[in-house]
Amino acid sequence: MDATSRTFVANARAGLRDAALQTSLARFQGGFQVKRAEAAERLPEFEALRDEARAIKDHVLAHLDHYLERFEERVRASGGTVHWCETPEQARERILALCREADAKTVTKSKSMIAEEMALNPFLEEHGIEPVETDLGEYVVQLADERPSHIIAPAVHKTRDQVADLFHEKHTPLGRTRRLERVEELVEEAREVLRPRYLAADVGITGANFLIAETGSSAVVTNEGNADLTQILPRMHIVIATLEKVVPTLEDATTIMRVLARSATGQEFSTYTTVSTGPRRPGDADGPEAYHVVLLDNGRSRMLGSEFREVLRCIKCGACMNHCPVYGAVGGHAYGWVYPGPVGAVLTPNLIGLEEARHLPNASSFCGRCEEVCPVRIPLPGLMRKLREQEFAQGLAPAAVRRGIGAWAWLARRPALYRCLTGIGIGMMGALGRRRGRFVRLPLAGGWTGARDMPAPEGATFHALWRKERKA
Amino acid sequence: MPATPRRVGLFVTCLVDLFRPTVGFAAVKLLERAGCAVTVPAAQTCCGQPAYNAGDRADTRAIAEGVIAAFEPFDATVAPSGSCAGMIRRHYPALFAGDPVWEERAKRLAEKTFELVSFLVDECGVASVDARHEGRVAYHDSCSSLREMGVRAQPRQLLATVEGLELAELSARDVCCGFGGTFCVKYPDISGRMVADKAKDIAATGAGTVLAGDMGCLLNIAGRLSREGSAVRARHVAEVLAGMGGRPAIGEPAKGR
Ligand code: SF4
Repeated sequence: MDATSRTFVANARAGLRDAALQTSLARFQGGFQVKRAEAAERLPEFEALRDEARAIKDHVLAHLDHYLERFEERVRASGGTVHWCETPEQARERILALCREADAKTVTKSKSMIAEEMALNPFLEEHGIEPVETDLGEYVVQLADERPSHIIAPAVHKTRDQVADLFHEKHTPLGRTRRLERVEELVEEAREVLRPRYLAADVGITGANFLIAETGSSAVVTNEGNADLTQILPRMHIVIATLEKVVPTLEDATTIMRVLARSATGQEFSTYTTVSTGPRRPGDADGPEAYHVVLLDNGRSRMLGSEFREVLRCIKCGACMNHCPVYGAVGGHAYGWVYPGPVGAVLTPNLIGLEEARHLPNASSFCGRCEEVCPVRIPLPGLMRKLREQEFAQGLAPAAVRRGIGAWAWLARRPALYRCLTGIGIGMMGALGRRRGRFVRLPLAGGWTGARDMPAPEGATFHALWRKERKA
Repeated sequence: MPATPRRVGLFVTCLVDLFRPTVGFAAVKLLERAGCAVTVPAAQTCCGQPAYNAGDRADTRAIAEGVIAAFEPFDATVAPSGSCAGMIRRHYPALFAGDPVWEERAKRLAEKTFELVSFLVDECGVASVDARHEGRVAYHDSCSSLREMGVRAQPRQLLATVEGLELAELSARDVCCGFGGTFCVKYPDISGRMVADKAKDIAATGAGTVLAGDMGCLLNIAGRLSREGSAVRARHVAEVLAGMGGRPAIGEPAKGR
């Protein structure tokens, strides 16, 4: 996927001015926050469960090669194949080759962020294979020729009205000419349009929330059941996942699922949990004839050995973006690549480079809400700060910022001189601002005064007054 | 009261020093009333947070070494700010991790560094204050007070004992006001939107005054309120607790001019 993270500031401004987006964001963020809080409240052991989930992920990361090898062994034993791919390009070539092997014309897909990393849909289209998204949100995004703006609610940036217009436009050629209004009607129509596509598909591609080492299974959670049909009906099932999705046992997966659903949507458990192990066996009622797992690295093994290892604990629940005030203001597209919000601010620079994505870890007030709600306790602000440190060390930070910080820090180390200069400056500012109590405009402070006044200082520094008072 | 008063080093913070010395005096008054012997070390400027959050570790360390040296002689370091206290308490040890000399010193200082209001309640056992403030007041929790320093109940507990004061809660009380240090000038559109939301929330409470424990948030919120022509006044919580809430509020013209 082509990144537009470089133009984050302009993207953000566009998001702030998009009235429909603002309506959607306000509604969805409020809803998700309340639901998560209530779910956490209802489960006394929720905090302990978070610790457990974190420990499982840390254990896996410490023994990743072992569990991946074990996983591959079990997949092979159940009649499937694992394909190891280092880059997104390799992965999509491999997927294309598999689709050709199945002589595929259409491919159904259930939600996968990894597919976004490799820009799979346009790639398949270029090669004459039609991908059909089956997750409702992904389907909307695909119809609109957009990108997901949230990792679990891809079309959250769209209002119901916009979806109604979109369906009306795109479904009219299918003979569905009435513009629908109600959400239930829209969902029903999408279902009806998708049903024959499921049946016609030659290959089903799903993501994976978990790869289970002890059984060689992949597991997906959904609320629509679309992953079931995607993987059961076609002749071939391809699972795409990154390395860190592996967990030792099914039990570990279920432990994590308990915090995943609560953190994501406030549900006790997702509506559908679909576990698949290998292709159809003799006597099975259904299932694909072939089962493949495309395992993508794309920078993960490098991150494993870096100071950003902790972000690999991420279980893609979306809680950090549901609670982020910056995400809530600008929306997911502003971040300019696959992963928005706080986790994107850490992942994106690691995956596509700090130079392209330097704004992302900077555009945070470090309020800490993301870390507070992250089910696997990833210190997201701390990791963003590490990226700022890299940026500073590599000289990528704007020269004005570097010089400003440098000069101020130099002065801050010299209390006597600092006192003298700040005393003069504050005295002047205090005198100028005394009458109105505030500044509506200030030289070099347009960033501040664009949105708010600058309150005038009282006029003398505390240290000057203190010395006077205690000496008197 | 303990036989030997607790020796407190007041970390004034750069924003209080420059913009709102009244808060420093309010802090001294509250600490002395709580039986502490307060010293204001001369060799202090800033905790280093702006450099730290800009990714400038070397400068941050240089500044932090100065703070550690200036404040380690005291029984406690107290700041009228959750943000600066949080910097010393939560981040100094990480900053010096692995340093044979400074890590230990940073840790020792971190353990005895506190935010003012929580220090008064949790460490000094202050249960009430002798102050008056008429009217409805909204309290804004700063993110670092809330999440780094565990300050939530303490200011509310003391405000409840201020005569005439009626406390109102914001609907989104754990949401950032959009200050975020240099964030507010680096991303003014986003920060501006966040503080506008905060001002709306404050207005909805019907409060005449908004209080907080951090000058950064207060300058941001006061500046937004005044830009909107709001009649709501902003003050540091210490001013009201110390009975010094009669001075012109933040961003209000000096009286008699
Ligand atoms: S970083 Fe944490 S909160 Fe954000 S998506 Fe990943 S697991 Fe969820």
